[in-house]
Amino acid sequence: MSALGAILGKDLRVELRTLRSLPAMALFATAIFISFRFALDRTSLEGDLAAGVLVTTILLAALLAVSRLFVSESEEGGFDLIRLAPVDRTALFAAKAAALWIYLAALELVAVPLFALFFLDSGAGLLPLVAVLVLVNVGLAATGALISTIATMSTARDLLAPLIMLPLLIPLVIAASGAVEPLLDAGGPGYHHFGRWLAVLGLYDLVFLAVGYAVFDFLLED
Amino acid sequence: MEAATQDPTTPPETSPGQPALALEGLSRDFGDRVALGPVSAELAAGQTLAVLGRNGAGKSTLLRILAGLLRPSGGEARVLGCRLPGETWRLRGRVGYLGHRPLLYRDLSPRENLVFTARLHKLELAEAERRIGELLAHVGMERRANSRVAELSAGMVQRVDICRCVLNRPELLLLDEPDSHLDQEARELIEPLISATGTRARVLVSHDRERALAAADLMLELG
Repeated sequence: MSALGAILGKDLRVELRTLRSLPAMALFATAIFISFRFALDRTSLEGDLAAGVLVTTILLAALLAVSRLFVSESEEGGFDLIRLAPVDRTALFAAKAAALWIYLAALELVAVPLFALFFLDSGAGLLPLVAVLVLVNVGLAATGALISTIATMSTARDLLAPLIMLPLLIPLVIAASGAVEPLLDAGGPGYHHFGRWLAVLGLYDLVFLAVGYAVFDFLLED
Repeated sequence: MEAATQDPTTPPETSPGQPALALEGLSRDFGDRVALGPVSAELAAGQTLAVLGRNGAGKSTLLRILAGLLRPSGGEARVLGCRLPGETWRLRGRVGYLGHRPLLYRDLSPRENLVFTARLHKLELAEAERRIGELLAHVGMERRANSRVAELSAGMVQRVDICRCVLNRPELLLLDEPDSHLDQEARELIEPLISATGTRARVLVSHDRERALAAADLMLELG
């Protein structure tokens, strides 16, 4: 826990000091919302279309943070520092996933109200949306930390991360959209199959947390 | 997973008189390219091994293998009684590694970097902060201790990286050009920090042949 706290604290301190990821994610999400607004030529969205726009936007904004997640470890010797220290290397995976989860939560604090402002007639479905976003963030964080590590070890980091990550995220996108769709229905939030989709999201999260924990040590080998 | 259930802080059972370093035909290839030819050497505790050789001879590769950062392709290596690569986990926290590139985060200050390293090495915080203050003062960096590393000169960064390297009082120092970017005054300041002592051995990579040989008990010429 000490190593996890040290790495997470370091990452958050650096992000607060440099603001390299969060503002870019928020601006990117805003730009996507504006693009959707003009591309769809709609001032109001509901149901599956609203769910698709929200989930896709969060996913694309997450890619920005994923591509930068291990930059300091790769370029400033962080990988070596951690490999020289008497710590379980999965602490690095856990810390990076936790940092990404926090970035995503911070992004959503800005992006979801903006989404409501751009596209929703009512904010009634936003409260239960929190449960979905918590699970979506865990899945994105676990997959993102894993893929970012693999991409960082290659010379084509920026290209590789989205190419590997997007196909892996398809189950998460399906489950997240399925859970969000009834919450954003025109007649107010519904809960049709809501629990089932949350369970699928939870399962996805568990699988990728377990895979990350199992393989991360090997990924750091030379 | 590599020895995840074992406590990596447990010191190995070393026998009296056991060498700090014992290498037999150690080599490393990257595909078809030989990065390090077969190397054999033995170093006792408290001794200095100078590693010399032309550019690309494998000096840095050797240090990275000895630090447990790179797997050897062939041969045998025992570092502080730990067989590499199988017992690398037992070596962690016992070796001080100073590479070509500083292992410092550019957006943190020297003090923050050293506190981070101390936390990774599970040092007691109050004691670590006292030692960090002493080390920074020793290398003349106390006035810039809270500046970002990105704002420091190359020589200052090297001084801080040396503090990072010795912070956890390692039993073996692996030093790749420790004098680089340092002026004469700074070299004299860091010398006591990175010298071999009664129990601490060191491997010293240097292009300054005369200086390395003057400091060494043994010499290894690569390439």
